[in-house]
Amino acid sequence: MNAGKYALSVFLFNGAGFVFLFGLLMLQGVLPFNPEGMKGTSWHLAFNTAASFVSNTNWQSYSGESTLSYFTQFSGLAVQNFVSAATGIAVLFALIRGFVLKQKNTIGNFWADLVRSTLYILIPISFLVALLLVSQGVVQSFDSYKEVAMLENGALQTIPLGPAASQIAIKQLGTNGGGFFGMNSAFPLENPTVLSNLIQVLSILLIPAALCVSFGRAVKDGRQGRSIYITMMIFFIAALAAITVSEQFAAPVFDYAAASGSMEGKEVIHGIGASSLWAVVTTAASNGSVNAMHDSLTPLGGMVSMFLMQLGEIVFGGVGSGLYGMLAFVLLTVFIAGLMVGRTPEYLGKKVEPFDMKMVCLIVLVPPLMTLLGTSAAVSMPGARSWLTNSGAHGFSEILYAFSSMANNNGSSFGGFYGNTPFTNILGGIIMLMVRFVPMTAVIFLAGNLAQKKAVAVSEGTLSTSNGIFIGLLIGVILIIGALSFLPALALGPIADFFTMQ
Amino acid sequence: MKIKKLFRAAVVCFGLMTILCGIIYTAAVTGAAQLLFPDQANGSMIVVTQEDGTQKEYGSQLLAQEFTKPQYLIGRPLGVSNLSPVSKEQQTLVLERINWWHSFDPGNQEEIPMDLVTASGSGVDPHISPEAAEYQVARIAAARNMTEDEVRGIIKTCTKGRLLGFIGEPGVNVLKVNLALDGLLKIKKVV
Repeated sequence: MNAGKYALSVFLFNGAGFVFLFGLLMLQGVLPFNPEGMKGTSWHLAFNTAASFVSNTNWQSYSGESTLSYFTQFSGLAVQNFVSAATGIAVLFALIRGFVLKQKNTIGNFWADLVRSTLYILIPISFLVALLLVSQGVVQSFDSYKEVAMLENGALQTIPLGPAASQIAIKQLGTNGGGFFGMNSAFPLENPTVLSNLIQVLSILLIPAALCVSFGRAVKDGRQGRSIYITMMIFFIAALAAITVSEQFAAPVFDYAAASGSMEGKEVIHGIGASSLWAVVTTAASNGSVNAMHDSLTPLGGMVSMFLMQLGEIVFGGVGSGLYGMLAFVLLTVFIAGLMVGRTPEYLGKKVEPFDMKMVCLIVLVPPLMTLLGTSAAVSMPGARSWLTNSGAHGFSEILYAFSSMANNNGSSFGGFYGNTPFTNILGGIIMLMVRFVPMTAVIFLAGNLAQKKAVAVSEGTLSTSNGIFIGLLIGVILIIGALSFLPALALGPIADFFTMQ
Repeated sequence: MKIKKLFRAAVVCFGLMTILCGIIYTAAVTGAAQLLFPDQANGSMIVVTQEDGTQKEYGSQLLAQEFTKPQYLIGRPLGVSNLSPVSKEQQTLVLERINWWHSFDPGNQEEIPMDLVTASGSGVDPHISPEAAEYQVARIAAARNMTEDEVRGIIKTCTKGRLLGFIGEPGVNVLKVNLALDGLLKIKKVV
């Protein structure tokens, strides 16, 4: 397929998924596997949810156990969890072919890429992970919810069930992040033990990290994959240290209570350590599941997870999309370095020319633009304050986090933000689709353009893209773009929150 | 013509994917889960056989129940706040909870473990920290005319440590402790 046909296939396939899911959500009331009698959702919630799952975001304006039927979950959402991840992998490999192929008019076959990555990678690993999760206590059942009289007062407690483990496995492996239950992986039936927590955290990073290695293999130069991996790891470790320190030591201290870090919104068995680790993993990879409430993170802890999203979900990032986003930053870095030394920039033997840079700009700039436009539209809405749980700087953080999350296809939220309004559902839905498919199309056309080029021989003047200097340069470029775009907004939110702490 | 053909390919491919990833995969996982791990797959219910031979469900060991009486081990505050930990609202709530513990158990001068005065992420955290259980041992023993070591023994059997000794945090399952205290859940005696 040439780039145009590849892109069209991606659109048509995802379009079919969108229409199907939208219909399913509206009509679930009359469809089977609905023991709790869930009714069809409102049209704007259906639009938002369909856009969210097709775009691998999994922003949720609803709570699964009180809104969706089992049928919607397994035949609608779970399927999108698989195919949106597979679409990401497919497009990444189209881009890799752009670097590898020389003077060719094709970048591969989308259907083959899609089906193979689903069949050979996603389904087998998901099956294994799902069973491991069930062994720990994640539910997997088609029975209706149970009601039990509580021991002390006899009041009835509802115990929700459903085919959860199968969906949670792919939710993590495909960096989707949409919880089967509203409280996501903080909910014990979705993440019951320390071991299930470990399995889920590993599942989130498994494929995005492994794709760095695949990339090195595919371009027949393992050092290229390694330098990208190291760059991601440096961001990851810095963020992990920052959040953990903030959660452990920047929490308020009370007389008569033992000072042991900020436990609000965290589960006992996960504690400060595993909750901080998860907060970094889920926002570094564009996963968006949570095992602690991010709204209750300390101000600087919340800022780090927000900033990881705002960098464009390239620190491991989404399955496939993280690496192609990072490769766009690599091309940008090569370009800037080329300007500095006055040589035509090249990467992996391909000259980087104006058309390529235009595509790179689309990939790099659309998400920050949508984040800031969405945030500014939301804060100027007259009813905005009624959507918030917290006030002041932290209230602004709730809005900024919401649009950072949607505009980078992450999907986590500061849970105090009430998103199920026509405004947020519609605007958010449009943003999620744009930031997924505009950069993705740009990647495909970039791949098509690169594949048509001749390879240039490596000479003494070629900039090495696998040494320490290049890694430093790449980190610098990523930080400059992220910082320039978001420091003013962060200063109004989490930074102000930190300095006005009582 | 070309678009029409691609459109048909997209619809067929999506249909096949829905059958494969939605229906066959889910059915396979459900079948295997119900066969291999029936208890866990159905909510990890605590089922006790009564004296007359019938079985009674006391709840899921993964979901917290509300306890307020002095003879029971009391868990974390229920519900999710989503409040910033440094906000005035949250700090007021924590102070109120500290005062509640002091009026509930006036003789207890120990520091209150943080998990007892903060809400969890799920809102139904079934665990408390071993320190939070130890904080309540004397009160429970007095309310039940048991020795403190008997109460500690029960708590110990319902405590799960760190994975491999260093991953995660230890947790005491509140519902299991209370069922055992009431003599409803038979546990191996640990002294």
